[in-house]
Amino acid sequence: MSNKLAVKWGLIIAILLGSLYLIYPNYKWYSKPLTERETLDALGERPKRMLNLGLDLRGGSSLLLELEVSKLSAKEPLNEAMARAIEIIRNRIDQYGVAETSITKQGDKWIMVQLPGVSNPQRAEELIGKTAMLEFRIVKNDTSIAQQAFEKLESTDKPFDDNGNLLPEIAKLVPAGYQIMRNKDGGYTLVTDTAPVTGADLENARVVMMGENGYPEVSFEFNAEGSKKFGQLTGANIGKNLAIVLDNTVQSAPTIQARITKQGRISGTFSAEEARALAIVLKAGALPAPVKVIEKKTIGPTLGEDSIKSGLSASFYAFVIILAFMLVYYKAAGFIADIALALNFVLTVAIMSYFSATLTLPGIAGMILSLAMAIDANVLIIERMREEKLLGRPVYEIINLGYDKAWSAIFDSNITTIIVGACLLQFGTGPVKGFAVTLIIGLLVSLFTAVFVTRAIYELVLTSNTKEISL
Amino acid sequence: MMHLLPKTNIDFLKFRKVYYTLFAVLLIGGIVSFCTKGFNMGIDFTGGTMVQVKFNGAVEMEQVRSALSATGANSELQSFGDSSYAISEKSTADEVGVVQARIEKALNTLNVPYTVLQTNSVGPAVGESMTERALWAILLSLVFIIIYVAFRFSNILWGLSGVVALFHDLFAMAVAFSLTQREIDLVVVAAFLTVAGFSINDTIVIFDRMRENIRLHPKMSFGELINLSINETLSRTVITTLTVLFALVVLYFFGGEVINSFAFAMLIGCISGVYSTIALTTPLVYTWSRGQLNDGSNPVKSAAKPAVKKISAEVKREESAAEGYAPAKPKKTVTKIKRTRRNRKN
Repeated sequence: MSNKLAVKWGLIIAILLGSLYLIYPNYKWYSKPLTERETLDALGERPKRMLNLGLDLRGGSSLLLELEVSKLSAKEPLNEAMARAIEIIRNRIDQYGVAETSITKQGDKWIMVQLPGVSNPQRAEELIGKTAMLEFRIVKNDTSIAQQAFEKLESTDKPFDDNGNLLPEIAKLVPAGYQIMRNKDGGYTLVTDTAPVTGADLENARVVMMGENGYPEVSFEFNAEGSKKFGQLTGANIGKNLAIVLDNTVQSAPTIQARITKQGRISGTFSAEEARALAIVLKAGALPAPVKVIEKKTIGPTLGEDSIKSGLSASFYAFVIILAFMLVYYKAAGFIADIALALNFVLTVAIMSYFSATLTLPGIAGMILSLAMAIDANVLIIERMREEKLLGRPVYEIINLGYDKAWSAIFDSNITTIIVGACLLQFGTGPVKGFAVTLIIGLLVSLFTAVFVTRAIYELVLTSNTKEISL
Repeated sequence: MMHLLPKTNIDFLKFRKVYYTLFAVLLIGGIVSFCTKGFNMGIDFTGGTMVQVKFNGAVEMEQVRSALSATGANSELQSFGDSSYAISEKSTADEVGVVQARIEKALNTLNVPYTVLQTNSVGPAVGESMTERALWAILLSLVFIIIYVAFRFSNILWGLSGVVALFHDLFAMAVAFSLTQREIDLVVVAAFLTVAGFSINDTIVIFDRMRENIRLHPKMSFGELINLSINETLSRTVITTLTVLFALVVLYFFGGEVINSFAFAMLIGCISGVYSTIALTTPLVYTWSRGQLNDGSNPVKSAAKPAVKKISAEVKREESAAEGYAPAKPKKTVTKIKRTRRNRKN
């Protein structure tokens, strides 16, 4: 064996061993029973570098959220608001305790939340959907100044829109400096139209299961800045009522007995679950603007399992048929091509594991295309070798010329397809991206396996002074 | 050697009028079908809601239909057998979740317990953006392919005709989906993309052979040269296509419902891809090159210009590899190869 060939083989064997090393965690993980995987997931002991299955293959839910840009404060740029919204949603979802959730930005104002294994995302949705805009306002008990507005309010069927805002024709009757808000338990309250202290000044929030009136309550603590502001507000308004407003609805309006600085409580008729959710969202902070669910997908665990089972077994049989066909039609050369194909598959999975890529159905489609291209590369080479063989050339020439002449076609067709893949990666969304990623990885791998590896095999065969090759 | 095909010498270009006519028929028929039947776009694109359920007891399609019609909404019903149904409402302006609640309420009136296998609610804005981005991605790839092929094969006509073939394949798939009214969802879009990649691959292989033959046979007429190139690569085309078709047929019949529509799209696209390369790309290159030169005398030169420089290097490499062959001037080697080829035919 020449030195050059030895280096080639050293490289191939190193890459093969490296790939197997990368694939092993997948094998170890997916051969465990589902319940054990779930426990390990919950403990955060899931291996990092591993191939993940997309929601379409394993079941789960995905929510696409839209940040209502029109309600953003004018001071905050959209990019920053999005980053903050994603961070806040991540905090909220983490509390919810689902392993491997992925929260990603899509386009300018969309956020994709994926919850593997959750087939009914209702609670997650509620948790995300809460704007949790907490405000403290002073109540104006003398409502005579807004008499007209209250009269109109009583005679209107639905005076508030879905977001808790008063209809404009009533709002214009309220005197300047004040606004009317609805109470949680019915009725309306006249409050100041400024909120000197908000939930942004909170440091911590937790549930108190047995509150003063028997219902669970949420207690909170202000940060330094918040304490100062809250102290000023309560100190200047002793004897008045303080409205605790959550999402434009007055939760309660206790009388201010004394100056309060650091701590407070929100009481009301919360259920335990409501109180817990409120505490979570208060702690995580308020969203910069409300979000709206604009797409919701759920895939039940059985469906995911069925599609992966039939899909995988069909892909497996298709793969075997291709290998058999190559072997029968091209004999020894076909066998060498088969080795390259198998290696192609192994390397692709290894690389995807290394990047913790997510395998989806469109991703499998990308793999199929790259395998087809890998077969084509070998067919091109072998057909060229056949042509050279018919010219009666010696074996080593058949091989050299076969590769040399087939190379330009293989190179150009792979590059063209990689160009297509790159465009899809740039412009495509979720599923199309998954396709593009596996396609590009597969094509790069196939240039290595279908050309470099097969040639190294032929060269190795030639060292034993082979005179004939079956094609 | 095992051969599926004997050595062929078919004059593919002779029938080019037939191909163009067929392409025109496909275009017209397709447009008619698009206008009259349209597409059955999945809710990923139209927006709307789909709920797939499986009843734990036997429930007939009619029962489900009547339960749904009681809600007054315009629902589509699809049966998967085994008391499993998909109910969808497309293009509704209702907010995500509202439709689902309405459908589930209707199903509850049947008083048969059921499990929800999957749901999919898409707001109208999402569908629009999805379509827009997919189209941009495809358009951009087409432009880049034209540029790359024009650069590698030194002639923009080659790039353009490759893209026409690509368009033909995507169009043929679209026609198939319009005629069968199969639903187009994101997986089908992936199939469209796969076919785009595969179709251009076929084109490149034949172009590559043409590029090489232009070097080997500088005197050959362009028509002969194209035919020679297609015939020489025909065996590869058939084998590769067959292998892929084998795989697709298996996926089509056994791959399960999600993969089924993917395999269907791929089957149409692959067959169309092979056809279009032979019957559209190369004849177009031929026709357009003649138009470019007006007199139609020797269009080869225009396509071969930058490649010519490489000839001597290429031939030299061959010589050094082929020990035992009398070293000769490049030109002589070329004729030698030509002669042997002719011998083989006899």
